[in-house]
Amino acid sequence: MDKWLSLLDGFQYNLVLFFGTIAAAVPLGLLICFCSMSKFKPLSYLSKVFVWIIRGTPLMLQLFVVLYVPGLVFNMPMKSRLTASFVAFIINYAAYFSEIYRGGIESIPKGQYEAGQVLGLTKTQVFMKIVLFQVIRRIVPPMGNEIITLVKDTSLARIIGVAEIIMSAERFSKAGVIWPLFSTGLFFLAMCGVLTLIFGALEKKMNYYKN
Amino acid sequence: MPILEVKDLHKSFGKTEVLKGINFKMEKGEIIAVLGSSGSGKTTLLRCINFLETATEGSIYVDGECIFDAADKTKISASEIRRRQLNFGLVFQSFNLFPQYTALENVMLAPKLLAKERADFSQNKKKIYDEIECNARNLLTRVGLGDKMGNYPCELSGGQQQRVSISRALALEPKVLFFDEPTSALDPELTNEILKVIKDLAQKNMTMIIVTHEIEFAKNVADRIIFMNEGVVLEDGTPHDVIENPKNKRTQEFLAKML
Repeated sequence: MDKWLSLLDGFQYNLVLFFGTIAAAVPLGLLICFCSMSKFKPLSYLSKVFVWIIRGTPLMLQLFVVLYVPGLVFNMPMKSRLTASFVAFIINYAAYFSEIYRGGIESIPKGQYEAGQVLGLTKTQVFMKIVLFQVIRRIVPPMGNEIITLVKDTSLARIIGVAEIIMSAERFSKAGVIWPLFSTGLFFLAMCGVLTLIFGALEKKMNYYKN
Repeated sequence: MPILEVKDLHKSFGKTEVLKGINFKMEKGEIIAVLGSSGSGKTTLLRCINFLETATEGSIYVDGECIFDAADKTKISASEIRRRQLNFGLVFQSFNLFPQYTALENVMLAPKLLAKERADFSQNKKKIYDEIECNARNLLTRVGLGDKMGNYPCELSGGQQQRVSISRALALEPKVLFFDEPTSALDPELTNEILKVIKDLAQKNMTMIIVTHEIEFAKNVADRIIFMNEGVVLEDGTPHDVIENPKNKRTQEFLAKML
């Protein structure tokens, strides 16, 4: 029983990383998305290069870079390993989210914007009242996919020494007890199960029309 | 005074000149059908007048007020452009209804948002919204959709969707209503539904410009026909003049193919 409790202690880190990353990466992704869709070319190129680097390198490597580079290069060491994990996850997921948003926004037909425009709506009204809902409806499935990946990616924080669930299980396997390590899978499965149900319900709720 | 006057309108996309100096005037209550083969610039003309494209040269007047002048480079505020835009209504070939809203909500959306700019909005909110809804219901009933108000666009046929989109444009009481090939996406049966609605509007003296390939319809409904070819107006006259006695050889060829 105390082994389970110990695993639960570790899983708290996974949950904190998960919710913290969602809370920050969802809006940050929107900002990156608007930058990469900007008509101001330098800004759009800059954010595209950023997305390329983030998506083009392993998250594991990014964790190391975030942990060590501020101290080595700028002489401002990371305050904690958990903070470093947050920064790495948020940046990484924001980049992926921004591409999902961009895909969603660009998939809305031009005619929707034009219809709004000839009806005298402001650009903000067109976005808020016409486009936004359609975008959200389209990005719910890919976002669900990405968010479920994040649940499992949080275990990567182990690589820079955050005592998340797999690290806590490893203490037991090093002492010769292997089952806690395998049991960690149940925690991830449960979490992903809940998310699958939530996203399924959300999709169903938004699918009241076809197009 | 003409309700709409277009003076020497030019539009180029890169090096391709699509409109090469369009001139016409129209009176209140007049109905003009614009004919011409694909690529003749009909749709671009409509888009330029409705501020969806910016003409490269020329000017546009509504009731004598200049609402667009390509030579005037002073920056016009977005709200002023919207005010000018609301002189017109535009019905698209592909309807462009908002899929997440019901037929009734589609018609009410813009009037409700515009009402927020009224000075008396906060005191009379309820009354204003009631009026908007009542008006929207009347418009939809008039086009025969009294029993479809709560339906989403995906639940409606193409002809019904187009009738919703006509009601949506009418809800803002435009001075001139434009139709961009309103029946091109519809089969013949549904086409007649739409043509009936347009005829009904004609009887109520709506000022309209209709880009269409329905020559018989243009002949029956329009007071005037403009025939466009390669970005210029080749003919401008009564249906009798243009369709029965076209002056230009190109018009004759076009009509021969269409009839």
